Amino acid sequence: MAEGKTMVLNMGPHHPATHGVLRLVLELDGETVVKVTPHIGQLHRGIEKIAESMNYQQVIPLTDRLDYTAASLNNLGYCMTVEKLLGIEVPKRAQYIRVIMGELARIMGHHLWLGSHALDIGAMTVVFYTFRDREMIMNINEELSGYRLTPSFLRVGGVAKDITPDFIKYVREFVQWFPKAVDGYNTLLTDNIIWRKRTMGIGPIAAEEAINYGFTGPSLRGSGVAYDVRKAAPYCSYEDFDFKIPIGENGDVYDRYLVRMEEFTQSLAIIEQAIENLPEGPVTVDNPWVLNPNLDDVMQDISALIRRFKIQCEGPQVPAEEVYQAVEGSKGELGYYLVGDGTAQPYRLKIRSPCFILTSALPRLLAGVMLADVISIIGSIDIVLGEIDR
Amino acid sequence: MSNRDYAVNVSGRRTQRGKIVLPLLKGLAYTLKNFFSKPITIQYPTQRREVRERWRGLHRLNVDGQGTLKCVACGLCAKICPPQAIRIVPYEEEGGTRFPKEFYIDEIRCIFCGFCQEACPVGAIELTKVYDYVDYDRQDFQFDITKLKDPEQFIFKGK
Ligand code: SF4
Ligand code: SF4
Repeated sequence: MAEGKTMVLNMGPHHPATHGVLRLVLELDGETVVKVTPHIGQLHRGIEKIAESMNYQQVIPLTDRLDYTAASLNNLGYCMTVEKLLGIEVPKRAQYIRVIMGELARIMGHHLWLGSHALDIGAMTVVFYTFRDREMIMNINEELSGYRLTPSFLRVGGVAKDITPDFIKYVREFVQWFPKAVDGYNTLLTDNIIWRKRTMGIGPIAAEEAINYGFTGPSLRGSGVAYDVRKAAPYCSYEDFDFKIPIGENGDVYDRYLVRMEEFTQSLAIIEQAIENLPEGPVTVDNPWVLNPNLDDVMQDISALIRRFKIQCEGPQVPAEEVYQAVEGSKGELGYYLVGDGTAQPYRLKIRSPCFILTSALPRLLAGVMLADVISIIGSIDIVLGEIDR
Repeated sequence: MSNRDYAVNVSGRRTQRGKIVLPLLKGLAYTLKNFFSKPITIQYPTQRREVRERWRGLHRLNVDGQGTLKCVACGLCAKICPPQAIRIVPYEEEGGTRFPKEFYIDEIRCIFCGFCQEACPVGAIELTKVYDYVDYDRQDFQFDITKLKDPEQFIFKGK
C-alpha cells in the first residue's frame, strides 16, 4: 500500500461481533482506525409507523421486539406511557410484578451482553455460564407468561394474569443461586490479565463528553455520572426498594464492565425485596376503559359482554394529549413519546432508543483505536440493533 | 452532579498490577469444576422438556360436549390479532345460531401473543402446549378447522 493511503474495510452487517446487523465502514491506516461511519437501518421494521395503525393493546407485542434481549422493560415503558396519558394508576401488586419482570429482563439483557462481549474478546467460556443462568430466567418468564424471550405480559392497566405459586418458587430459587453465578463470572474475568489488558484504558470517554453525546445507562455511569431514571424520577414503585447505582470513574471499557457486573447484584436485590414484600390485591386497575371483563361476568351480564367487545375491538380511547415517559432500560433511558388524538390509535409513537444515541458516538469512540479494540468498544456500549433500527 | 448518596463507586475493584497467574488458575479451576457437574442440556428431540401450563403454542378450537365448535364467529379474535393472522367466514342458521363456516389461522403470521384467547368471550380458542409443528409447504401452515380442532396430533413422536 502506498504511503499515506488508507484502506476501507466493511465490518458487518454479517459480523458476529456487531451484535446484530450493524455495518461499520472503517477507514484504516495499517491497524489503526482513522474514521468510522456506522450504517444502520438493516433491521428496520417500521415499528413506530405500524403502531399508528394499531390499537393500544396491539402495540405491546411490537415493543417486545425493540430490545429483544430485555423485552419486559420495553413493555413496561410503553404501558406506563399509555397509562400516563389515560391518567390511571396501576395497583401495587401489579407494579411489583412489573418490577420483578423488569429487573429479571435487565439481568437477561446483561447476561447476553456479558456472554457476547467476552466471546468477542476471546473468552469463550463465559457465554456458556451466562446462558445457563439466562435459561433460569427464561423458565420464569415461561411459567408466568407462557413465552420465554418475548413475554408480552404487561398490559395497559396492569399485567395479563396473576402470578402462580411456582413463579414465586422459581424466583426464590434464582435469587438464591445467582450470587454464586456472579462470583463465577467475576472469577473468570475481573482479575484475568488478558481481560484487563483488552479492556483497561480502552475507549475512554469523559463524563462531560458522554453527557453531550446523550449517553444514558451503564455506558454513562461508567464515566462516573450517577444518572439512573429509577432514582432520578422514580416510577413503578422503585422508591420502595433499597438499591444502589453503581458508577465508574474512568469511562473505559473496563469500568463499564464493572458497572454492569454490579448491576447484576443490585437488580437481584430489587427482585428479592419485591418478591418477599409482594402486596396482595388485584393485578389490573379497575377502570372500565381497560379492564377486560372476565368470562363469568360476560356470561351473566350483557353490559359486561358489550364492554368486552368494546375493549377488545377498539381498546381505550385516549385524550388528545402528548406525554413522554422514560424508564431505565437495560441499555439506558428508554423513552416513549406518545401523541394521542382522541381515538383508539396512537397518532404518533416516538421511541427514544438509548442504543441509537450510543451508536451515534461510535465515530468518536472508535477514532484512533486499534482494529482489535473496535470489537471490545462496541461490546462495551452494549447496543442491540432491534432498538436502533426499530 | 455525580456522587449522589445512592451511588456506589465500583472502580475500586480495578486490579492494578501484579496478579497474573493466580487469577488465570482460579478461572481454570472454576471451569474444571463445572466440567464435572451435571449437564443442563437436553438431547432434543429424543429428550423433550415439559413446557409449563401457560405455554402459548399452536391454537386449538375447543368443542363442547356434543363435539360442535364453541366458537360463535364473533370475530373478536380476528379483530385483536396484531398481525391479522385469523380469517373467519361466519355462517348464521335460521334459528340465529352462528358458527364459523371457515376458520383459518396463518401460523406463520401468528406471533403467539395469546391475545385471541384473552379476547374470546366464550373460551372457544386456546393456545396449547404444542410447539414443534414443521412442514414443507407454506400452504400447510394455513390451519383450517380440521387442523385447529386437534393440534395435539402434531406433537413430534419420533420415527
Ligand atoms: S396468538 Fe396472537 S398473533 Fe396468534 S392468532 Fe392469536 S392473536 Fe393472532
Ligand atoms: S373470539 Fe372466540 S367466539 Fe369469537 S370468533 Fe374468535 S374463537 Fe370464535
